Amino acid sequence: MSVKDRDPLTGHQTTGHEWNGITELNTRVPRVVWFFIIVTHLFALLMWILLPAWPLVTTYTKGLLGVDQRNVVKQDIELANIARADWADRIATLPADDILKDPELMARVTGTAHQIFGDNCAGCHGTDAAGGPAFPSLVDTAWLWGGDTETVMETLRVGINSTHPDTRYAQMLAFGRDGILPRDDIRLVIDYVQSLSGTAAPADRIAAGGEIFANNCAACHGENGHGDTDLGAPDLSDAFWIYGGDDKTLFETIWGGRQGWMPSWEGRLSLTERKILAVYLQHLGQEVPQ
Amino acid sequence: MLKTLLKPFARVFEFQAKTHYRMERHSMALTAGIILAAGVGGFVEIAPLFTIDETVEDVADMRVYTPLEQAGRDIYIREGCYACHSQMIRTLRDEVERYGPYSLAVESKYDHPMLWGSKRTGPDLARVGDKYSDDWQVRHLINPRDLVPQSVMPQYAFLQETPLRTDDLPGRLKALSMVGVPYTDDMIANAADDALGQARPDSDRASGVLDRYGEATAVRTFDGQSDRLTEMDALVAYLQILGNLTDVAQNTQLMTEE
Repeated sequence: MSVKDRDPLTGHQTTGHEWNGITELNTRVPRVVWFFIIVTHLFALLMWILLPAWPLVTTYTKGLLGVDQRNVVKQDIELANIARADWADRIATLPADDILKDPELMARVTGTAHQIFGDNCAGCHGTDAAGGPAFPSLVDTAWLWGGDTETVMETLRVGINSTHPDTRYAQMLAFGRDGILPRDDIRLVIDYVQSLSGTAAPADRIAAGGEIFANNCAACHGENGHGDTDLGAPDLSDAFWIYGGDDKTLFETIWGGRQGWMPSWEGRLSLTERKILAVYLQHLGQEVPQ
Repeated sequence: MLKTLLKPFARVFEFQAKTHYRMERHSMALTAGIILAAGVGGFVEIAPLFTIDETVEDVADMRVYTPLEQAGRDIYIREGCYACHSQMIRTLRDEVERYGPYSLAVESKYDHPMLWGSKRTGPDLARVGDKYSDDWQVRHLINPRDLVPQSVMPQYAFLQETPLRTDDLPGRLKALSMVGVPYTDDMIANAADDALGQARPDSDRASGVLDRYGEATAVRTFDGQSDRLTEMDALVAYLQILGNLTDVAQNTQLMTEE
């Protein structure tokens, strides 16, 4: 069989191969396929000219449109900031109380803060801001460092025991492990501390514990255990506990000490974002029944 | 209409058909054709490397991973963390607003292999360093649902119990230095000691870590167990350095104002 053979039925040439009398058509690639291949190539050629494409020895072709993804995202962010400016600027300048009274601004605050809180704070404090073991609730009335907007914003800025140079610093000593108090004394202090928030214990144990408390704990937690927001010492007389108020947890706390850690958000969140969060927490605190 | 459009190309089609037909009959010509076609693909992949010096920013403060962080990185790869977590903040507004400044090429300069990833079941981790405390990372790895109730991440509690193997660290650093990571002979020789020292702030070895890897290196008891060096130490040390090897991205990029 020669190459020039044609299939009688279709009139196309065959490849010239034959297997037991079966031959193979040598049909050309359909022209419509060629058409789109050419169109695609022309499109590629156009894009090479318009967009950054070819590497040269030390640089690359930048394209006539001058598109740079980094400038695009920069512009997008600038535009978004402008679009938000009408309410974001007011939040940045108004005092927190005025914002809380303005339902229109508060709708912006709660909508935006929910996202910021979810991305940054919820990992520790929970999506409902109610905290958990070792992470304080942000919706109760107890604040380690003070709960007004200014103070919360400062805490957000510098963090607690963080890597920020101005960080808030607080550490509870390991009274048991470091040998400051013997086990029996710790148990007396536990009875006293629990009595502050209304748990009953024998009066003599409370009195003895109170004496140890005055000598060892009162410097930070105050004479009556009301805490000190300047030192980040929690109020021990209220019903709120960060680590827990049961015998076992209190023993762990006094024996091994405690040191919480909150990152500084100055590098991650802008001033306005931190203010939105602080106002949002005020708002949540008002909403949640105590 | 298609026919009219294609008419001028009739000779091209004719030429292609004939050439193809001829080449099929000459094996060497066909081989040359195949090599040429594959060569185009190869060139397209290699060509971007011609401008690699321009792609990777020149940054003075970029530092290498410490042996402990590198060991953590190997655990990250071993446990398949990259399957759910990317390490690449793209140049898109929503990503920059959520995760921070977009990733720069220089930040993965010493990553072999890179872990940019393309799948996010969990969040991007390119800037997770220093976002949470060591204690949080440890508790989260032990059981993610203790801290994030809706999490679907598996538990890695065994890392807290598994001693970290340090005897092979000099070899790992040596291998990385062969592909261009500037580990000095000093760093390679002291790799095992440095891994231990970075997790023991009170030990004599800790100062060597700071000497070799810079004063800003975090030397802490990452897993909260000061008496043993575990895989948890290594992984948490690695997570805490993510995004912190250099400050160039934070210093050069516009901050979002929401």
